[in-house]
Amino acid sequence: MRLPTSARLSETTAERLRIAALLAPAVALIVLLFLGGLVSGLLRSLNYFPLIGLDTPNFDAYTAILSDREFLLSFWLTLYISLVSTILSTVLAVAAALLLRAALKGRRVVNVFFSLNLTIPHLVGAVGILYLISQSGLLARAAANLGMIDRPAEFPALVADPLAIGIILTYVWKEVPFIGVIALAILLSVGEDYESVAKSLGAKRWQAFRHVTLPLLAPGVASASFIVFAFTFGAFEIPWLLGRTYPSALPVLAFESYSDVDLGSRPKAMAMAMVIALLSALAIVGYTRLSRRFIRS
Amino acid sequence: MTMSAQLAAEDDADLVGRSGGRRAVRVSTLRWVVIIGLLAFLIAPIIPLILWSFSFRWTFPNLLPTEYSMRAWEAVASPTNDVLLATWNSTVIAVVVTALSILIGVPAGRALGLYKFPGKRLVELLIVAPIIVPTLAVALGMHTLFIRYGLSNSLIGVIVVHLIPALPYMILVMAGVFANYDSAFESQARSLGANGFKTQRFVTIPAIMPGLVVGSLFTFLISWSEYVLTLLVGGGQVITLPLLLFNFARSGDNAIAGALAVVFIVPGILVLVFTSKHLSSGQAAMGGTGAL
Repeated sequence: MRLPTSARLSETTAERLRIAALLAPAVALIVLLFLGGLVSGLLRSLNYFPLIGLDTPNFDAYTAILSDREFLLSFWLTLYISLVSTILSTVLAVAAALLLRAALKGRRVVNVFFSLNLTIPHLVGAVGILYLISQSGLLARAAANLGMIDRPAEFPALVADPLAIGIILTYVWKEVPFIGVIALAILLSVGEDYESVAKSLGAKRWQAFRHVTLPLLAPGVASASFIVFAFTFGAFEIPWLLGRTYPSALPVLAFESYSDVDLGSRPKAMAMAMVIALLSALAIVGYTRLSRRFIRS
Repeated sequence: MTMSAQLAAEDDADLVGRSGGRRAVRVSTLRWVVIIGLLAFLIAPIIPLILWSFSFRWTFPNLLPTEYSMRAWEAVASPTNDVLLATWNSTVIAVVVTALSILIGVPAGRALGLYKFPGKRLVELLIVAPIIVPTLAVALGMHTLFIRYGLSNSLIGVIVVHLIPALPYMILVMAGVFANYDSAFESQARSLGANGFKTQRFVTIPAIMPGLVVGSLFTFLISWSEYVLTLLVGGGQVITLPLLLFNFARSGDNAIAGALAVVFIVPGILVLVFTSKHLSSGQAAMGGTGAL
């Protein structure tokens, strides 16, 4: 029996209402907290705060941080940390996944340790790395036992160092498993059939990898890398524990400016928070574009 | 090809070697070197934490503690210490955050997994955004609002702020679960006379249970691991385990920091053991992104 048009229409309206009711609490909460926080931060960064009489927005905080040497140093340091951590993690994870995909036993063992590592909080990793590579850490002790150094101070400073080696090492330690499980999952779901076909058609090993395996792997891995980049650009506790005080990573600088006794530095702190949000929003755009292309193919 | 057939085929490839002969031997040696190196790298930071937690005297350049004791563990277990309070706070916050995420996130996951509707992409973007935009970037602005509405420096404020990283994760997991769920079973139950409650109780909940368990445990972990949001909104009044761990690590009490670190990772390992049956590696990876 065909329903009259009006009845069908009201049926879709009823369904729409049901969907809206299911989504409403979650959407309301995220809009209120997430967008609310973002907008409130944006207004404050523009010196707009009617409650205390500031009712003409301006860009003073932005021009102030852009001419502030500490902010610029901190920005480039953070960008450097994020880029190096992301590239190292991606390369190591993909290389490990490629080597492991054909080794059944090895892959199982590594996968267990990858998953285990994913559940360990970043802070624990940072403290562990600190006890490992600081000048009185396990590595320095090993070097002393091998007769390479006599005193802790002779061991190279890998924590609170200009190159941020401790921070990068912690990120790599934490993110290789993250990208690795994704790369392994893709390689396993694709199988080796396409590669074998390419080889049987005369492709060399490198050609098969370059033109078959890599394009299959790239979108999923790239999405994961974008997430890692956005995360490392905005993460706080690791550079706070393992980084230098000057210049510090951008999230640390933003937090410290925010908690400064001088409330006048709050708009600057908010402007820095907006810089962090903007950069990670760019990462979102990259991520969604890639994942959409990935789903389509 | 089924998973087991695929694995068997790979096993064969392992035995025969892909191009046979010496190259295969070299590849498999290299592979084992990489596997062992990788495992050593993954375990390395955990070892000094465990050693420190049992150490009494451990001076440079000794590779192992010269005297062991349970001092750190006794301090951690002592009721006069902040550790029990912090563990209690961490647990209460994570449990309430998880319960709220279930209440709010399961319906939303159902809507995203089962239906197509106009504006769906926008809603998805809104839900993914808090996972990707670093929480600190929104937390500073939010803190201003929290002060205005009296939520700062309180347990409730901390719970509310933890929902930002936790809830989107729960919604995404449940959307995945409902995408593979057949709602026709619900209509059948209804046509057989079950009311709404009975349908939920006997049809929907059992069907989504495995995904719900995985999502809940990882939501718990996201809240359990959260540091900077607690520091900011709790204002030093709400002490949780990561805050204590950070303070002891900074003040240089390595033994207590080591013991706290071990306490801090136990729930994650338990979660992994409980969920290993239901868990695909992709989901575990998502847990890693959330905020862990």
